[in-house]
Amino acid sequence: MTRRERYEAQQRRRSLVIAATSTITVLAAIYFLVPLAPGWAKVQQSFFNGETLIKTFPKLLEAFRINVMIFAWSAPAIAILGLLIALARDAKSPALFPLRIFGAAFTDIFRGVPVILTVYLIGFGIPGLGLPRPWNSPYIWGTLALVLTYSAYVAEIFRSGIDSVHHSQRAAALSLGLSERQVMRDVVLPQAIRNVVPSQMNMLIALQKDVSLLSFIGPVEIFRQAGVFKSLLANFTPYVGAAIIFLIVTVPATRYADHLMARQMRERR
Amino acid sequence: MPKLELNGVVKRFGERTVCDGISLTVEEGQMVCLIGASGSGKSTLLRCINLLEPIEDGAIYLDGEDISIPGLNLQSVRARIGIVFQSFNLFPHMTALENVMLAPRRVRGLTRAELQPEVETLFARFGLADRMHNYPDQLSGGQQQRVAIVRALAMRPEVMLFDEITSALDPQLVGEVLDVLLMLKRQGMTMVMATHEMGFAREAADKVCFLDGGRIIEEGAPEVLFDHPAQPATQAFLARALK
Repeated sequence: MTRRERYEAQQRRRSLVIAATSTITVLAAIYFLVPLAPGWAKVQQSFFNGETLIKTFPKLLEAFRINVMIFAWSAPAIAILGLLIALARDAKSPALFPLRIFGAAFTDIFRGVPVILTVYLIGFGIPGLGLPRPWNSPYIWGTLALVLTYSAYVAEIFRSGIDSVHHSQRAAALSLGLSERQVMRDVVLPQAIRNVVPSQMNMLIALQKDVSLLSFIGPVEIFRQAGVFKSLLANFTPYVGAAIIFLIVTVPATRYADHLMARQMRERR
Repeated sequence: MPKLELNGVVKRFGERTVCDGISLTVEEGQMVCLIGASGSGKSTLLRCINLLEPIEDGAIYLDGEDISIPGLNLQSVRARIGIVFQSFNLFPHMTALENVMLAPRRVRGLTRAELQPEVETLFARFGLADRMHNYPDQLSGGQQQRVAIVRALAMRPEVMLFDEITSALDPQLVGEVLDVLLMLKRQGMTMVMATHEMGFAREAADKVCFLDGGRIIEEGAPEVLFDHPAQPATQAFLARALK
């Protein structure tokens, strides 16, 4: 072992000890101090009730399938609409000017309104027209609200991806005699989409969580189901159970998105 | 009739005049080298010939036909004039083979199968037979630049433009790319190249033009221009460049 290696090993051991000590201290403080709070017994009973958790967890998991379902059909619709809006905003031909205006208005409006408001307005407003079954389903209109909102964000990310492709790529493609459309489809878009995969992953994670907002207009998905249990059992633990289920899905997804992002940063350098 | 003729070409970027009335004739099968300091207008001129930049004034003729008429179908002209850039500009998401096949498939309307023999021959001729399925980032600079040349040639252009294509290469890779140009010249390709390779220009060019401030200050056969430059600006540039 060289002098330098010995020194670095010693430094590593020291940081390890410091990190471990501070972590243990913080955890111990939480463990011993929180129960001293006057309301702890009540909180523990109503939020961290093991019995209630075990009893409600399977049903919550089942309700979560509805979240997954809504997510599964919303996500592709969002990807397609988002891409179309992004392309509409970049349209150059004067005949497509209305499309550009529409694209700009669309992204402004749906990024500017809170998701929950859009869900309410569309989810209650459109079925209010007195549509026959199944067209009054909150699943349809709730999904539409999510698709519209998320498409607006996703479109902006696609646009930043299109801008990130160096203009020399366009020049090279044009110089070969390709049309503007072919350049976009064959050269710019494939690179643009690849560049924004990590950012779009984060949108997917956000979408997975926001599916719960549809509970406000009807569907008994996990959040609503937890609410039902809360009323039934007069206990908040089902909410904690729901949070755990979300975390099981979102934490690995978030880690993966971060990993993709980090890899892309390395490749750019 | 010259293959390519420029007549008083003017190109401005805002207030800045980059090409200030450039006239030039290139005969069929000739290799013309443009030399001059960075910013003298060589690259911009090549981009104008390929119609990547619209020109403000003047005219460009290909086979006697004015290709600089505003509103002309740019695609059909660009397909007849190939250009290779200093920074290769290969499409990074495609293999070398896909890079080369893209434009012939889209513009000439051929299938991969129809193109295969022709493209394979091109790759083999440029020493890239075993590199067809590599992505650009798996290739050396010299290989990438040769793929870029093959990509332009696959459109069967009548004229090739080269924009300082060896400037981004490591010195030991410059030779393999310049050899390709000599091969093209032997095959009778009409070529215009902007270059800092004075030795190559002297050896290979039929005509050398010295540009300064967006104008052709002096042009002539390489032995005349390099050995007996008439203009003081040319003399000063060559003194610096050949030092």
